Amino acid sequence: MPDLLSVKNLKIEATSYPPGEPPKVVTLVEGVSFNLEKGKVLGLIGESGAGKSTIGLSALAYGRGGVRITGGEVLLNGRDILKLDRGGINSVRGCHVCYVAQSAAAAFNPAHKLGDQVIEASLRHGIMSKEDAKKRALYLFRVLGLPNPESFGERYPHQVSGGQLQRAMTAMALCPNPELIVFDEPTTALDVTTQIDVLAAIKHAIEETHTAALYITHDLAVVAQISDDIMVLRHGKTVEYGTTKQVIEAPKEDYTRALVSVRQTKRDEASDQSGTLLKIDHVHAAYGNGFKVLHDVSMHLSKGQTLAIVGESGSGKSTLARVITGLLPPTEGRITFDGKELPKALKGRTNEELRRIQMIYQMADTAMNPRQTVRDIVGRPLSFYFGMHGGKKTERVGELLDQIEMGSRFLDRYPAELSGGQKQRVAIARALAARPELILCDEPTSALDPLVAEGILNLLMKLQEETAVSYVFITHDIAIVRAIADSVAVMHRGRLVRFGPKSKVLSPPFDDYTDLLLKSVPEMEIGWLERVLKTRRMESAGN
Amino acid sequence: MNLRSIPISAWIGIAGIALAIVCALFAPFLAPFGERDVVGEIWMPAGGDFLLGTDNLGRDLLSRLIYGARTTIFVALAATLISFALGMILSFTAAVTGGFVDQLFSRFNDLMMAVPTLIFALVVLAVLPQHLWILILVMAVLDSTRVFRIGRAVALDVAVMEFVEAARLRGEGSLWIIFREILPNTLSPLLAEFGLRFAFSILFLSTLSFLGLGIQPPAADWGGMVKDNKDGIIFGISAALVPGAAIATLAICVNLVVDWLMKRTSSLKGGRGDA
Amino acid sequence: MESGPITGPVLTDGVAGETVPRSADLSGVPAKPNPAAATGEIGGTFWRRFVLRRPLVALILQRLGLSVGLLFAVSLMIFGGIEALPGDFATTYLGQSATPQAVENIRKDLGLDRPWSERYLSWLGGAVKGDFGTSWASKNSVSEQIGNRLGNSLFLAFFAALISVPLAVGLGMLAVQFRNRLPDKIINVISLAAISLPEFFIGYLLIMFFAVQLGVATFPATVYDSMTLSERLSAIALPVATLVLVVLAHMMRMTRAAILNVMSSAYVETAELKGLGTFRIIARHAAPNAVAPVINVIALNLAYLVVGVVVVEVVFVYPGMGQYMVDAVTVRDMPVVQACGLIFAAFYIFLNMAADILAILANPRLRHPR
Repeated sequence: MPDLLSVKNLKIEATSYPPGEPPKVVTLVEGVSFNLEKGKVLGLIGESGAGKSTIGLSALAYGRGGVRITGGEVLLNGRDILKLDRGGINSVRGCHVCYVAQSAAAAFNPAHKLGDQVIEASLRHGIMSKEDAKKRALYLFRVLGLPNPESFGERYPHQVSGGQLQRAMTAMALCPNPELIVFDEPTTALDVTTQIDVLAAIKHAIEETHTAALYITHDLAVVAQISDDIMVLRHGKTVEYGTTKQVIEAPKEDYTRALVSVRQTKRDEASDQSGTLLKIDHVHAAYGNGFKVLHDVSMHLSKGQTLAIVGESGSGKSTLARVITGLLPPTEGRITFDGKELPKALKGRTNEELRRIQMIYQMADTAMNPRQTVRDIVGRPLSFYFGMHGGKKTERVGELLDQIEMGSRFLDRYPAELSGGQKQRVAIARALAARPELILCDEPTSALDPLVAEGILNLLMKLQEETAVSYVFITHDIAIVRAIADSVAVMHRGRLVRFGPKSKVLSPPFDDYTDLLLKSVPEMEIGWLERVLKTRRMESAGN
Repeated sequence: MNLRSIPISAWIGIAGIALAIVCALFAPFLAPFGERDVVGEIWMPAGGDFLLGTDNLGRDLLSRLIYGARTTIFVALAATLISFALGMILSFTAAVTGGFVDQLFSRFNDLMMAVPTLIFALVVLAVLPQHLWILILVMAVLDSTRVFRIGRAVALDVAVMEFVEAARLRGEGSLWIIFREILPNTLSPLLAEFGLRFAFSILFLSTLSFLGLGIQPPAADWGGMVKDNKDGIIFGISAALVPGAAIATLAICVNLVVDWLMKRTSSLKGGRGDA
Repeated sequence: MESGPITGPVLTDGVAGETVPRSADLSGVPAKPNPAAATGEIGGTFWRRFVLRRPLVALILQRLGLSVGLLFAVSLMIFGGIEALPGDFATTYLGQSATPQAVENIRKDLGLDRPWSERYLSWLGGAVKGDFGTSWASKNSVSEQIGNRLGNSLFLAFFAALISVPLAVGLGMLAVQFRNRLPDKIINVISLAAISLPEFFIGYLLIMFFAVQLGVATFPATVYDSMTLSERLSAIALPVATLVLVVLAHMMRMTRAAILNVMSSAYVETAELKGLGTFRIIARHAAPNAVAPVINVIALNLAYLVVGVVVVEVVFVYPGMGQYMVDAVTVRDMPVVQACGLIFAAFYIFLNMAADILAILANPRLRHPR
């Protein structure tokens, strides 16, 4: 059987314009080759900057921004689409090959109804009549499990939820009955409980319609559920290429092995959970406009231990961190730190109280002043809290940089000159400089690639052993909770759902929400999705 | 900063501004005749003793142009500096304090901006006595509304960044936050805005003088010189066009530099920069 | 529906909060905000429900209310602000050497002896009815003189808009089409230069070239009642050309930016990846989203045109509002200055409001609420 898509020795370049320097040509992808048969799914996986989206778009002969495909062949049914003229390319796009973007919210035109946009390509390419296209759209809305499929097409993009938009985008790609669809991180922007539904809908739809797909993601566990083959990419080059079974169960390369085994670290919780450091007592909170975001939340944390607060977006977990810091004073309830009640608002707290609680943010980029060097960033708490200056301060900054495994050679670097992981390490050093007893970590690893994130987590654990600092760790990732927590709080829509030692919270009997949350987290295991869906169907049949 | 990275257009702008500033600073040494001396016939053509000819009273046009650079640049610069100081202080205070103060300042600013600047100036200058410092103040206050708006937007952009929040959590005072955390990150766009306001001030001052409400004669200023010589136009005498061209050239030069600054700012977004 | 509960909360809500009730209190006009204060609670919940049900209408009403409020505040500023400034009109009017008795008489004559709040009320009351009092200089009715001149100014601005709007939008689209290529760069440099040229310089350049050297245009641009339309048009050719050049560059640059913004959006990429032709992408996907910002740009520049008229009228000795105002300022004829100031401000506020409302109308999120 001839291959549907055959990419040979692909080379992709872009021109970058660094300010004050002559333009530079950067190679994004080099020497990438793969084949895709009809009806099969190939997963492209890699970190940010691995070139996976760029490769995906090359199947539509498209380069985003200044990106150019400069070498190799992209054969669709044996024909090189890179050699086609504009009209020829347009007859491929939206007809033979379709695209599903990461952010459906931005990719839909706000001025037109969803239904019209879904059937547009089919009509413009003359694939089917308007009636047929509408029928097919309705069929696809049903297959993808959209609510009220009959009237769904009458709605505008801003009138439906993110998960529904992502499914509508899939319907739009499937509508002209293409041979190939490129999925570019279609579930990355979604919450984990929504992701599983969309993932299942996509899998079901491409199986129903026998469409081949390139599935691009950074999450190996997700791609394991949906693809037949997997290609692992790094820095624009192929690391490993094989069947899903082989890549997941018997990876050949070290990098792939690391990707597979990441998130499998687990730590036993501390047995003694006494000696309370932080106590949150019946806290309520509301935004300035009166919108209530926290309802009666209580939890506590022991000295030298880690409390993980887990929940999806909108659960109020980050708000809770803001309440603890005093940025958002609670409307009711109180927060006790080391036996003493903390003043509610930031302004009422003494510098000593502020020193003892430090914070690490999700985006290290925006958490550090881009105009200050590492020396200034880490040194400021030293001079602010301890009055250190001169050589003594420099010496201490050097020690802290050693502690975060970076070293003094980074002293005079600016944040823009550091990698994502290094920035987060500097942010940790800044927190440590204050010699805090508690560090609030607001999703410090969720913007990082998995291996880098693993390094940060290990560093945090090491520092806890060395300095006996406590962590409140806010995350949406159950794997991280398993890896580092002593106690766990599950939050949902501003309420505390479940709280206790990790072993208790993460084992049955579950409440409904925790059950859903735990079951929605993709596992690095082929067939996990089918299993979950099966149990779900059985449960609903049982009801 | 790399000198070679400055584009030609910006160099032209810088050279033009430098020339105007040299004229302004050393006017008594550069000008062949005095500012107010009648030295020849009325509206003599260019050439001979008078490189650019003479004006409606027989004064040397080139000399008045050089002295005019002094008045025009001084008044425009003074007005811009005051408007910037005023606008920046108020906007940063509003952005950092927030709440009621922010609302009060912003709403009042909206009100000021609801009247076109020139109309506002006309109304106010109709009442106030004619003094140079009053003119400068009126220009500064009216212009500061624009500075306030952009200053507040820029400061708010930076103020919501997490490194500012981190400084607050550390317990830093407002002064540290404004001068150490926010200001260094807003310098580039504000520098461009300063250029823009300066160019606007030159044009605005010239317009007021042209309408007879700006600098009062016999002091030379470019807008006023256009007014003095405008009656010659109908006889084909181009004396009014010379100061007009000077205003246009200076404004273009400032805008060329601003254009470069703005492009530079946008390409530095998220980067370090070393301005 | 009573107008009270609707406009009331509009004014007290949000932006107009500080300015409007104050001006209303001072003016004592049977104020619209008053019912809102009395029925605040009921109006509030009614208003909240209304906002949820008809967000589009609510926003437009809010914007209308804001403009009315702004206009009142501006009238207060133009009248009251002037009072607060130092300097005595009577002394100015008669000159420094006037005897105290003469000053006293003239104060009485001009009504300056009455408390200023009273004078403001009667002035505002008259202004609403179109009566702006009598000029100090000519002793004629201000409204009569303005009536004619306002028509002339609008005539000028109308033709300037008629030419500049299509030209600017066309050039803006051209610049987008040839983005970062030679035509775009040329347009960019020329427009940058044009922004820097003072109106009077452009005006005199045109006069020098077309009226004096070539003799194809008339100067000064005098118009009078007995002129035919074609005579009028030829008289205003140069002033219109000047105004067009003044607003063209701004409008074009902003149009270009607005269209580029839409063209670089993700949904245009989606359209491209559907294999649609260039024309279809522009007409169906870019245009509906670019219309709002472009209309906004046009309205803002028309507001700018209102001000540009002042200088251009002086240059061309054109009998419009702008010249009338400048003359009045020179002789400190306050009733005329106040009337002209208020009318110019009203046009400016109205056009800015139109820009905002059109932008609201073009937003699909507001047109089709959830």
